[in-house]
Amino acid sequence: MFESVTPPPVRPLRPPKIQVRDLKLSYGAAEVLHGISFDVDQNDIFAIIGPAQSGKSTLLKCLNRTIELLPNARQSGQVLIDGVDVSEIPSVYSLRRRVGMVAPLPVGLPLSIFDNVAFAPRASGFDDKQELAALVERCLRQAALWDEVKDRLHTLGTKLSGGQQQRLTIARALSHEPEVLCLDEFSIAIDPVTTMRIEDVLKELKQHMTIVLVTNLVQQARRLAGRTMFLWNGEIVEEGATDVVFSDHPQSRKTYDYVNGIFG
Amino acid sequence: MAATFAETPHIRSKHRQEAVVRVILGLMAFAMVLPLLAIIGYLVVQAWPLLSWDFLTQNPTGGMRKGGVWSALLGTIYLVTTSLVIAAPVGVLAAVYLNEYAKQGWLTRIINLAVVNLAGVPSIVHALFGLGAFVLFAGIGRSILAASLTLAIMTLPVIIASTKEALASVPMSFREACWNVGATRWQTIRGIVLPNSISGILTGVILQVSRTAGETAPIMFTGAVFFKRIEEGNPFAYGLYDQCMALSMHLFTITTQVTDAPKALPYATAVVLLGTVLLVNTVAIALRVKLRARKKW
Repeated sequence: MFESVTPPPVRPLRPPKIQVRDLKLSYGAAEVLHGISFDVDQNDIFAIIGPAQSGKSTLLKCLNRTIELLPNARQSGQVLIDGVDVSEIPSVYSLRRRVGMVAPLPVGLPLSIFDNVAFAPRASGFDDKQELAALVERCLRQAALWDEVKDRLHTLGTKLSGGQQQRLTIARALSHEPEVLCLDEFSIAIDPVTTMRIEDVLKELKQHMTIVLVTNLVQQARRLAGRTMFLWNGEIVEEGATDVVFSDHPQSRKTYDYVNGIFG
Repeated sequence: MAATFAETPHIRSKHRQEAVVRVILGLMAFAMVLPLLAIIGYLVVQAWPLLSWDFLTQNPTGGMRKGGVWSALLGTIYLVTTSLVIAAPVGVLAAVYLNEYAKQGWLTRIINLAVVNLAGVPSIVHALFGLGAFVLFAGIGRSILAASLTLAIMTLPVIIASTKEALASVPMSFREACWNVGATRWQTIRGIVLPNSISGILTGVILQVSRTAGETAPIMFTGAVFFKRIEEGNPFAYGLYDQCMALSMHLFTITTQVTDAPKALPYATAVVLLGTVLLVNTVAIALRVKLRARKKW
């Protein structure tokens, strides 16, 4: 008996953080992702652009397996983080702490500002008061919210303005120290000035983590992302370096038309 | 341009129609208050000669023609409290399961169907079931416990329904936000869902008091008696395995079984029953007002 021996693959200098392989996802009979594959590099901002209903948010839910909470969702194909299939990670809760998620509309939990940020650490059994206070301060600083709320940490998070709440949700997503941060159209409910502040925050955070940014603002992708993927009707039209995607000669004519607003 | 919005006959007729509709709808809404005011007013006037503190604290005497309603009032309090102590935890936990955990499937559909149908069972049927299941089969005998269990089964579906409603009023996005940071379902329920629905849940449970206090049929076969003398002023005069009197049953017997009772007696008993229920409802309303004021989003 001879086993065929495949030589170990040559590892690139920095292996991709996330690998998606032939991912298909359907809700009931309707397939919304038709077998997509792509890699996300470590410490990159990876932008996903595309019109509504193209499967962008669904794709994010597959990364942290919150897709499993939707009763009629069926998935095939693989999502690998650091080379490990997420569906084989025994504790889905630890996976979700590794993959931070920021929703399109800011959701301040009906708790104090402090408790909003401390919720996830407490849920994972972190209860040292001083360390918790330090962690909360660090996350709020990282999310560029600390200076505005440091004097009223014990007031309700839900009473903050929309832009502040969105930064609060970013602070909350940072509180469990994720390796990957997913943002789903975070700027949909906030003003341009706050958007620019958060964009600066993301550029800073990129040093410490990998960011997946779903956005409707194609210029936001252009400003921030190292690589950009254009998703349309559940299929990848184009995926490549942002410079190329936004150049005058991307691989696909459709990409050119979309990023230049010729069709939407 | 101005002519476009001029008062045409058509617009004037719509104005009249609007005024008429508003008056009719308002009258209907106001008409709803009248029966309640009429009932309370009529009862209080009829009961007036007998209403006093002593009426609450004395046992009925003289073949139920004199004295107060103490043993019946205490019996009702025992029945209501015991049945809620049994029904509230079971109902609330069942509702948490149905609303937060259960996946849509045939099993969940069967449970929901059972809840709805249980709510539709007439109380006299509950009474027979209680007699068969608790008094005879389980061997508890006719007692406060057996009657309370019967009442508990009767109130369960309503508690489940009102609790589910309170839970569903907590926005789904809060749960998703918790799941996204790696919280388990139970951590989400404990940390966010229950604290923000507890007042609604309690309101629903407390409102069941009024229903339970008024029921006669289910307790008639399972634990309530025509007459029982207990120590006056002692709130612990009944035991769980004792039979007891109850206000609803007492009202029924003195109106139909006791001849030549003073005319005001049934009315005074009804005032006590109604007063107990309104008192409890007021607590529920106060709780709801507090809930609205404390709303955190």
